[in-house]
Parts: sequence; structure tokens; C-alpha cells
Amino acid sequence: MNKEKALIAYVTRMGDNAIIMAQRLSEWVGHGPELEEEMAMGNFALDYVGQSRMYFSYAGELEGKGRSEDDICFLRDGWDYGNVLLLEQPNGDYGETIARLVLFETFYSLQLGALVTSPAKKLAEIAARAIKESTYHLRHAGHWLIRLGDGTDESHRRVQDAIDRLWTYTGELFEADQVDQIMQSDWEAPDLTDLRGHWHRQIDELLAKATLQKPDDGWMDSGGKNGHHSEHLGYILAEMQSLQRTYPGANW
Amino acid sequence: MPRNKLQKTQREEIMSKQGWPLYEVFIRARAGLSHRHVGSIHAADKTMALDHARDLYTRRNEGISIWVVKSADIIASDPIDSDALFGPAADKIYRHPTFYKIPDDVENI
Repeated sequence: MNKEKALIAYVTRMGDNAIIMAQRLSEWVGHGPELEEEMAMGNFALDYVGQSRMYFSYAGELEGKGRSEDDICFLRDGWDYGNVLLLEQPNGDYGETIARLVLFETFYSLQLGALVTSPAKKLAEIAARAIKESTYHLRHAGHWLIRLGDGTDESHRRVQDAIDRLWTYTGELFEADQVDQIMQSDWEAPDLTDLRGHWHRQIDELLAKATLQKPDDGWMDSGGKNGHHSEHLGYILAEMQSLQRTYPGANW
Repeated sequence: MPRNKLQKTQREEIMSKQGWPLYEVFIRARAGLSHRHVGSIHAADKTMALDHARDLYTRRNEGISIWVVKSADIIASDPIDSDALFGPAADKIYRHPTFYKIPDDVENI
């Protein structure tokens, strides 16, 4: 794989992460525990949609085959999606959605922080923009994790269960494959082993504040980056892509 | 386990109420302007109030600074007292500085 191909794959994966997170968060619209939180999740979903558009347009441009952001988003099947498994897991209760946000955003903001100096200029520009959103998402979700973890007995138990359940999907975040290795050597993307150290330190700090226990790193599920997904992704894509697939080229 | 029993009961009380307390939101649009009241939000605590104010009232670039104040902490005048409080000022035009003649050659006033 040459460095251009690796960059396309990497940028597409970032777009996939963003759009799948957006789909999951937008499921809270109409179902939020409070109006204000529902708005927040809707806002976050829109932030992610915006980011995925930038990633997909950039990937299409790099590829040079005339594929638009919509083509990449709506006309690929599950095995072409490279989002991590963590993001396609169902929302669960609000605590689980918050736990997922914290686990992912901690990773994502570190990833973006490293990418702002990448020689892939456009990727660096997208990262500089996205990191502001990501920092706020993490702040908001972090407050909630502390509130729920250090809250009532029930909220503590439920959010601890959520962390335990999702933990098995966190290993994949730091698994470097060929794409990550080329990105690291040729495009100054972060070293995932280093990043893992930072991630653990930040998560330790937050879990301590939330009076939650960090689960042991046991067996970790993975495969999402290479298109091996859980059954959940199919349902997300079916819903998201149905309009483009039924009415190809449909537009506002 | 949760750290603080007393705090915990307080939180349980807040979280179990039908609704969260109301907060008033004030936004400063730009440096140099004052904070203006823009609306209100519900929140269970101070941090949440600030987050909610940000999420609801600064989505379209409305501000650079936020204040939130518990609505219950605002001491407001009663509309019934309006005549006594504000009526007396209505006919005292001499309190407005409109009786001064400004000389023509004084600039920048």
C-alpha cells in the first residue's frame, strides 16, 4: 500500500467513525431524558455529520474518481465501512451513551490533537476544526459521567455496567494496522501505542472523579476498521442509506 | 461507591424531582457589550446549567461569555407595585439632562 492509498483509507475511516457516531446520537432526538440534553445530543450529532462531510469530500478528492461525499457515505456497504465497533453499539440507556462518548472522545481528541500538524494539509485543517467540537463533547460527557458515577446508587451501578460492557471495544482503538503504520511514518499521524498511554491516564483520572472502577483489559473485540462488523451496523446503514438507494441521486 | 452520603441524598432529591430547577441565561455577544438575558433552561446543577446554556443559546455564534443564575435567586419587583415604584418618575422631565444649551463651538458632545 502506498502512502496516498493509506491516506485515503485513513480519512475514510475517520469519516466512517464520525457518521456512525452521528447516527447513534441522533437516535436520541425525540427520546432524550430532558429537552436540554436532547438538544445537546442533536447538536453533537450535527457536529459529527459536518465532520464526516469534510472527511468524505477530502477522501473523494484524494481518490480522484469523481466520487462525492454522498457517494462515499450512502453507496458503500458494511464491509467497506471502517468505523470502530465501539461506535455501532446500540445507545443503551443515557449512561451508556455518555460512557461511549467519553471513551471515544478521549481517544478522538488525542488523535485530532496529533493530526493538526500532519503534512496532509487538508486533514490537518479538518482536525483543527473538529478538535474544538470534540473538546466540548468530552467536557459535556465527562460532567455527566461524574454526575452519574458519583450520583445515586442506581446511576452508579448502571454507568459502571455500561463502562464494563463497552470496555471490550476499546482495544480496537489502539490496534495499528498497515494503514495506521504508513500514516504514522509518512503523514505524522499519532503512534497508537503512545496514544493509548495518554488515553489510559485521562480515563483513569475521569473514572476516579466519577468513583467508577476501570475494568481489566481482557479479551478485546475488533475488526471494524477492516469492515468486519457486528450485526448492528447493517441496521444503521439500512436506515441511513435507504433514501439514496431508493431514489439514486436524490437531492434537497 | 459514591463518596459523600450527604451530597448523595441531596442529589437523589434533585434527580427524583419532577423537573430540574430553572436557570436564567445571560449572554455577552461581543467584548464591550453587557450580558443580556436570552432565556432560561433546566439543569440539576451548576455545571449542567452552563453546559445547557451553551448547547441551547450559543449554537449560532451568539456569544463569547455566558452567565447562568438560578431563577429562584432573582429578586423581582411585583407588577402590583408598578405605580408606586415607577409612576413617580414619569412626570419629572427635569431629571433628564435636556435643558442644557450646548455652545456651537464645543465639539464631540
